[in-house]
Amino acid sequence: MSTMTLACAQRMLPVGPGGRPAPDLAGHLAAHGPLAIPIRNDPGWKAAVRRAVAESGLLGRGGAGFPAAAKWDAIDGGRHRPLVVVNAMEGEPASAKDRVLLGRAPHLVLDGAEVAAAVIGASEIAICVADHNDPAAASIEAAIAERRRAGMSVRRISVRRPPGGYVTGEESSLVSWLSSGRALPFLRTDKSVPVTVGRGPALVHNAETLSQVALIARHGPAWSRGLGTTEAPGSTLVTVTGAVSSPGVLEVELGTPVADIVARAGADTELSAVLLGGYGGAWLDAAQLAVPYAPGPLSAAGASQGVGVIIALPRTSCGVAETARIVRYMAGESVGQCGPCIFGLPAIADDLEQLRSGRADAGVVDRIQMRAGTVEGRGACRHPDGVVRLVRSALVVFAADTLDHARGRPCSGRASPTVLSFPEGAAGARRSA
Amino acid sequence: MTPARRIGVRLRVDPVACDAYGYCAELLPERVTLDEWGYPRVDGTPVDGALVELATRAAAECPRRAVLLERVTVA
Repeated sequence: MSTMTLACAQRMLPVGPGGRPAPDLAGHLAAHGPLAIPIRNDPGWKAAVRRAVAESGLLGRGGAGFPAAAKWDAIDGGRHRPLVVVNAMEGEPASAKDRVLLGRAPHLVLDGAEVAAAVIGASEIAICVADHNDPAAASIEAAIAERRRAGMSVRRISVRRPPGGYVTGEESSLVSWLSSGRALPFLRTDKSVPVTVGRGPALVHNAETLSQVALIARHGPAWSRGLGTTEAPGSTLVTVTGAVSSPGVLEVELGTPVADIVARAGADTELSAVLLGGYGGAWLDAAQLAVPYAPGPLSAAGASQGVGVIIALPRTSCGVAETARIVRYMAGESVGQCGPCIFGLPAIADDLEQLRSGRADAGVVDRIQMRAGTVEGRGACRHPDGVVRLVRSALVVFAADTLDHARGRPCSGRASPTVLSFPEGAAGARRSA
Repeated sequence: MTPARRIGVRLRVDPVACDAYGYCAELLPERVTLDEWGYPRVDGTPVDGALVELATRAAAECPRRAVLLERVTVA
């Protein structure tokens, strides 16, 4: 254990000798230095920034992991002015990285949004913060006001407050809300065509992705690649919760073993598994925690970074019961547009509830597998697919326990209190409390 | 000799628009089956020949206009 390297990176959330820098402009500039964004059209600068972002290998941090540079390229060539949308909705209940970023480094997020806007030729930036998240909105509002006073802003920047909810921050849902006030996802038949707000294309980036852009624009791709691995360069924010003594948001070097990340959050409990990627993510057996936290190795282990959440499940808990709670919550978060999601998720939640209680019929596991296959890929958005991923991983990682539950011998852990958190008043969470 | 290329169509259902009328599954059981809640599951393999007309009818007769057709070339 003594040779364990601590998974430490301090790019987005630095801690100097005097402690954390203040979230104001002075603290920001002291921590990161100035950033010159040309006011006039400067093709050389734009091309250099595009190249830097592409060469840095930056992947979006909102869950899908799409290459940031490709998203910028897709905006090009339209007749209407594009809009930059900062996605800080953070609908994932276990995630705190975006609110921490907006609270502690709002100017870094704004720098990234300004850089992206200057590169793609946007004159407006919309920052989306969920309606229940007042502290994050206040922090970013204060930073915007500060920049205005300092004469730093040439673009219109507004803070928008869409309704909170698991699905609201999904890209098509968010632009729908910005366009029409209805936060509903729609089917995108060709994902290479950018989403629009009004008539103009919208570049939607997660708040962390833009913080990375702000750093890459300052320091270049070689610096960016100074951390992480060749395939997965740089650092990333992770929210670690569950059975750890210091739950919270950590910045880690990509490629750090998952075990080290969990250890840094204080893993003094014996774990049976971790949930990686959020409630639409996948369970990983505790025996697999040496896996590097990076897209390739995680994918090989059946998991992904998702929205950057790691939840530690103690041995005393029941993975079947926790999965049942999550699926009930996710079913309640369906926006109710697509049949397979409307009917499929509650059906799977019912199956899991029966399994949890030990009162299921003999066919329950087969039925869950079958329904997972039925629901997969059949929503306009990926909400049902997240549930499918979670449920399938649970049946593998908790296979022995699942069998016991199915045979009417549920484990004692099913009565343990949950290590998960659900928003107050969430329909799903209430029903399975 | 290059193999003859024909025009075919690929079916897709917009799940937001779909209200489970099920006409598409009646017209084109070769590509569409219904799930346990009556919603269509579509096999994305393109159809050609005689089935193109049925696919076109499935799209035209859907009360919700939820069946989308994409023209493709089939080898």
